[in-house]
Amino acid sequence: MLGIPLKYNVRNLFVRKVTTTLTVLGIALVVAVFLCVMALGEGLTNVFAASGSEKNVLVLRQNSQSELQSGLGRDQIPLIRALPGIEKDSDGKPLVSAELVVVLNLDKRDGGSSNVTIRGVEEKGMALRPQMKLTEGRTFVPGTSEVIVAEGVAKRFKGAELGQEIRFGAYRWKVVGHFDAGGTAPDSEIWTDSEGMLNTFQRGGFSSVLARTTDRAARDLFVAGVAGDARLALEGKSERAYYDAQTSTAAPIKFLGFFVGIVMAIGACFGAMNTMYAAVSSRTREIATLRALGFSRLSILVSFVLESIALAFLGGVVGCALAFLLVKVALSGVTGTTNFATFAEVVFAFRLTPQLLLTGILFSLVMGFFGGLFPAARAAFTKITAALRQVG
Amino acid sequence: MAEPLIRIENVVKQYTRDTQVLTVLDGLSLEVEKGDFVALMGPSGSGKTTLLNLIAGIDRPTSGRILVGADEVSAMSEGALARWRSENVGFIFQLYNLVPVLTAFENVELPLLLTRLSKAERKKQAETALAVVALSDRLDHYPRQLSGGQEQRVAIARAIATDPALLVADEPTGDLDSKSGEEILVLLERLHSEFGKTIVMVTHDPKAAARAHRLVHLDKGVLKEDVRAKGEKGEIGVAAAAAIAAGR
Repeated sequence: MLGIPLKYNVRNLFVRKVTTTLTVLGIALVVAVFLCVMALGEGLTNVFAASGSEKNVLVLRQNSQSELQSGLGRDQIPLIRALPGIEKDSDGKPLVSAELVVVLNLDKRDGGSSNVTIRGVEEKGMALRPQMKLTEGRTFVPGTSEVIVAEGVAKRFKGAELGQEIRFGAYRWKVVGHFDAGGTAPDSEIWTDSEGMLNTFQRGGFSSVLARTTDRAARDLFVAGVAGDARLALEGKSERAYYDAQTSTAAPIKFLGFFVGIVMAIGACFGAMNTMYAAVSSRTREIATLRALGFSRLSILVSFVLESIALAFLGGVVGCALAFLLVKVALSGVTGTTNFATFAEVVFAFRLTPQLLLTGILFSLVMGFFGGLFPAARAAFTKITAALRQVG
Repeated sequence: MAEPLIRIENVVKQYTRDTQVLTVLDGLSLEVEKGDFVALMGPSGSGKTTLLNLIAGIDRPTSGRILVGADEVSAMSEGALARWRSENVGFIFQLYNLVPVLTAFENVELPLLLTRLSKAERKKQAETALAVVALSDRLDHYPRQLSGGQEQRVAIARAIATDPALLVADEPTGDLDSKSGEEILVLLERLHSEFGKTIVMVTHDPKAAARAHRLVHLDKGVLKEDVRAKGEKGEIGVAAAAAIAAGR
């Protein structure tokens, strides 16, 4: 035994072109806005989530929340290097980089200024971050005030083109290369060598040490080694865990996305409901006929809920397309926001993942379901005898 | 006398409007034989459509019993009644009540979706029903592409698609010109004589009533007159129907 065929509902949607179009557009806008805000959150999360490697351990001063708050003396570095568990590079040298992080306020191209992270690294700094690639120029020569700049930063800040100079106060850095870090944290940074930076900024020590361990057991060994040496007063955490903690920047944006999305969705639900109520009342006699023919209340209910869901599905698809276009065309460039943990700009791109698109579609289906439920119930409980006589 | 298909026993139907109780059927009893063609006549408000709805199982009496075959329609639950209708009753309405977004074929197939028939069997049965009403060449037409008479023939095909024993018709010619109306009446007569359908038809039209073999005249919710055509296959005749319609 079959229910009322779905083509009955789909064709009815196409019969009332104007109301269907308007409702679909309403739902599409809600889905598009929701997806754009979520894509923003997703982009931010990605910066941090993709940044950390499970095998990399970041050594910071005990209880430091970020590299900026941390400090390590020069004398501590050899002790860290000597700890067991560190992987060796192909050249036999340990994969360790003592790094200095400074946040500078640089002028933006479009006026105003913003904080940018300058990171001094050692020789193995790039090898520790395999996702990093030079896209232009060459890497810096240690001790020469040369820097390489992330592409996202180069696009947004003055003097960051190849061959130009970045100025801050009395400091001058020559830009010799651009790099791409595949959407991870260094995409918001400027890099130079750490020794040179210690001199330039007259610092007595580093901010952090990044070390690659051979495997999980080695990592635990290394972390225990850092904690176990009382002279160090340091702690090691996996790079992944460190960046996960920084992902909190994305949380309020995602919350906003859900909040705005849900408020708008309730509005769109009423839109769908209105459309479906109108559909039900204009088809009262038809519904009564279906009931008279022997279709049960349940099959009428299901039929009209499905019609509403089909309507919302169209809206969801259009909304996804709209969001896709928006992200690809209008929001395609990188953009920046302040990381509330380090107060430096984080450069990121909107990320509209397949999962997000699927969420958008599901979101529209939920709207369709709730929008259709009450009108469908009205249809299902139509009194046959009275409705059969309705003209029109 | 043939066995009765429909037995209506002391049926009362009341509606409550605000505080006022309106009695539409007032203790009516009636039997309709299997294979009969009955016209229900009477002035507006006489209760003829209400009676038809009760027989067809789309409404329930306030008191009394209605039996169709062995089934006590008046005692069935809502769900059971819907199933019963899909198996036992074919509906013909004044305004055809076709589903506008479905083709003639799809409209006729609609009640067959409630059966256990396969797709191929449904197709065969729907096409047969449309052949009976001489619309085999209009399978893919939508109702708006058909004339009123054709629409009503599609509706009749839909009513007979599941081969129910009972056909109920509410003013089947009420919205048609006299030529189309005549065609519909000829068709109903054929369904009755050739296919042995029991037909109960509400009508105002003496010409339609004249085709019936029995004429039940209601007034103010009670049976006023019950006229049976003389002879085995005879019809009521226009003169008699007109006289009854005029309330003589």
